[in-house]
Amino acid sequence: MNKKVLIADDEPNIVISLEFLLRREGFDVLVAVDGEEALVKAREEKPDLILLDVMMPKMNGFDLCQALRADHDLDDMRILMLSAKGRETEVSKGLGLGADAYVTKPFSTKELVLQVRSLLGV
Amino acid sequence: MNFPRKLVFVGVAACLFLLAQVVAVVALMQVGSGDGGAATMSFGDRVAAILMILLLACVVAVVVLHKLYSRYVRASSRLAEETCALVAHGGVRVSDYLAPELQALGQAVNQLASVRDRLDSDVVARVREARASLEEERSRLAALMSDLNQSVVVCNLDGRVLLYNQRANEELSGPEGTAGTSEFIGSQPLGLGRSIYTVFDRSLIAHALERLQHAPGEASASVAASGAHFVTATRGGKLLRAHMSPVLAAGDALSGFVLILDDITADHERDARRDALIQSLTEGGRGPLGNIRAAAETLSDFADMTPEQRVRFLGVIRDEARALSQHLENAATAFSNDLRVRWPLEDMLGAELLAAAVGRIGERCPVLGRVESVDESIWLRVDSYGLLQALSFLAARLHDEYEIRDVLLALSRDGRLAQLDLMWAGTSMSNEAAMSWEMDSMNTGGEATPLSVRDVVDRCHGEIWFQRQRVSHRSYFRILLPIVEAPRDSARSKELARRGSRPEFYDFDLFARSAASPQLDDCPLAELTYTVFDTETTGLDPSGGDEIIQIGATRIVNRRLLGQECFDQLVDPQRALSEESIRIHGITPNLLVGQATIVAVLPAFRAFCADTVLVAHNAAFDMRFLQLKEERLGLRFDQPVLDTLLLSAVLHPSQESHRLEAIAERLGVSVVGRHTALGDAMVTAEVFLKMLPLLAAMGIHTLSQARAASEKTFHARIKY
Repeated sequence: MNKKVLIADDEPNIVISLEFLLRREGFDVLVAVDGEEALVKAREEKPDLILLDVMMPKMNGFDLCQALRADHDLDDMRILMLSAKGRETEVSKGLGLGADAYVTKPFSTKELVLQVRSLLGV
Repeated sequence: MNFPRKLVFVGVAACLFLLAQVVAVVALMQVGSGDGGAATMSFGDRVAAILMILLLACVVAVVVLHKLYSRYVRASSRLAEETCALVAHGGVRVSDYLAPELQALGQAVNQLASVRDRLDSDVVARVREARASLEEERSRLAALMSDLNQSVVVCNLDGRVLLYNQRANEELSGPEGTAGTSEFIGSQPLGLGRSIYTVFDRSLIAHALERLQHAPGEASASVAASGAHFVTATRGGKLLRAHMSPVLAAGDALSGFVLILDDITADHERDARRDALIQSLTEGGRGPLGNIRAAAETLSDFADMTPEQRVRFLGVIRDEARALSQHLENAATAFSNDLRVRWPLEDMLGAELLAAAVGRIGERCPVLGRVESVDESIWLRVDSYGLLQALSFLAARLHDEYEIRDVLLALSRDGRLAQLDLMWAGTSMSNEAAMSWEMDSMNTGGEATPLSVRDVVDRCHGEIWFQRQRVSHRSYFRILLPIVEAPRDSARSKELARRGSRPEFYDFDLFARSAASPQLDDCPLAELTYTVFDTETTGLDPSGGDEIIQIGATRIVNRRLLGQECFDQLVDPQRALSEESIRIHGITPNLLVGQATIVAVLPAFRAFCADTVLVAHNAAFDMRFLQLKEERLGLRFDQPVLDTLLLSAVLHPSQESHRLEAIAERLGVSVVGRHTALGDAMVTAEVFLKMLPLLAAMGIHTLSQARAASEKTFHARIKY
């Protein structure tokens, strides 16, 4: 069975690339355009990995990460945060809140894919 | 006649006198016993005659002794008295004496007295001299302070202000120009003897003081030398950087501190803008760049994608790249002024720069500079020294190489930039030559500098180029310089400078106040800080609804009336004024329209008189008006109160009138501006100051003594 990946990002211009790349990798890809939608979809679909943008409407990436980590049904889910906020403090905050990895924009697509694969163990 | 001869003379006289007695007695005896002739003298007759002679001798002796007594014994005790009087009062002299010895003694005493008087007057003169030089130094200090561009406040360890300058007063006063009502809170937060803690947070100052005092070991020397820093916001919303340095008394004990304050609001705003710019350039760029990179990499890595997909990815790149360019453009425009290298540039009125340039060109080379036209409104932020050097260098080169004798200067506005032109008519050079002038290091009139004209212009964030106007046969160097806003406070400080107010902003005697001030009651009257105030009211019946329409107050610190630190405010009583009261105070209802109400004024007045003893003439009346408002406004006027009317009754119980005018006349205080609250408060304050030494002469030295004496007087029983 294919691994399931949820992309939570409100910017269609990055979603288009992420979606394309991950589909090419053979993952099942879901998209949510704000934090709340992402939380609902994560609970319903129980993806194996969520790509999380920090800056999102309704619920930002940090809050969402915290909410996801508080839900023990989702303990197996990996969280990869994607952000235009590159300060050390923000990276530490993301990891501190339970993200498995934190990638700063702009990023290399190849490395991102590698990172996703290693997180999913494929 | 000298003393031994006199003694011999007196001795001989006494002997002769005794001898004469003896001879007379013997002669009488002889006469009696000679031939026993009864016809001559009987025994009784002889005895009588001898007695007569002895009596006569006694009388003579008494008279002589009395004369001697008065001449020597009484005169010497008189001399002693006179000498005592002379010791007590200089200028008096002992009188002449008959006895030459006492005469000589008297003269010696008088000489001594003269020597002492001379010494006295010498001491007085020296004291006066010393005081004058001290006074001069103080006023020099005050002048220096008032001209200082930074705010300076000096405090003792209690945080009492001993000195401040006008700048500090402006900077620490409340928010400026926020509608009319804030104006009346013209009660200065800063004042001599006032607490600095009304302006700064106590713990902030305490923390900085602690660092000054208790820096461990070696660090203490460096902290003591360099002082402590802190940044704080004023109530007016300004951001101040404070530098605190210690004032050391004898034995290196800390006795106070100096605060030097810089308004860094503007710097801070600029820094904040700079940060925002950096933020927007880094963080703001990450998103779009991330999108472009992801799309581009996907495009190149997956050549097999469908044409539709390819179009979408290309669209992403195009849109994001456009957004990113726009973002950069916006940032560059918004922050252009903040992005430059920081060179210490000063704000200068363009017209002043041109005038200085004309002067400098005339000094440095035989070229006549003139200002052709100038836009008076332009303020420039420039390195004025460098710019003047550049202009005179160019003028000198024009003279040296093309024999130009006249140059024209012009300053005009071109949007956000100023055009500074150096023009001349006639001969002109090639663009290449002009370029080399701009790049050469400037050497004029013996001054050598490695800087070129271009360097200076760059430093001012400007541009320079050379241009010819064919039509007018003129050539010019045009320097483009950024225009800045006219400095905000220039008008105000200039006005202050014009008024030439160099007020009493210092009182170093406050240093002497110990940290643990005794209870107010035991404080000597001369050392207390007073707020002397007066009110004008709608009538005489506070309980019957009469209201305050004006409050005036001034302060006394260390027996000095601080004329500048006053409170003067009209109050809208929100009721009608009686004709009768208008006749007294001359305040007509139309003057009170739009004034603040008591609700706003009284808290301000309460702040003005915080930590002071209140003084008023017939204070019971004014206090009643204040106290009736206490509950409604939630504040209390519970400080000690002294009443000049009662004190006058203490001093002159037999006088009939204790009206303010009468007292002022008795104490030699001239009365001006009566029946304005501030005018009356001033008169009351002067009267009060005159009373202090008189009270001291009556043994009334402390606040509690003054209050006790006041209470005893008859007038104390009047209650409103």
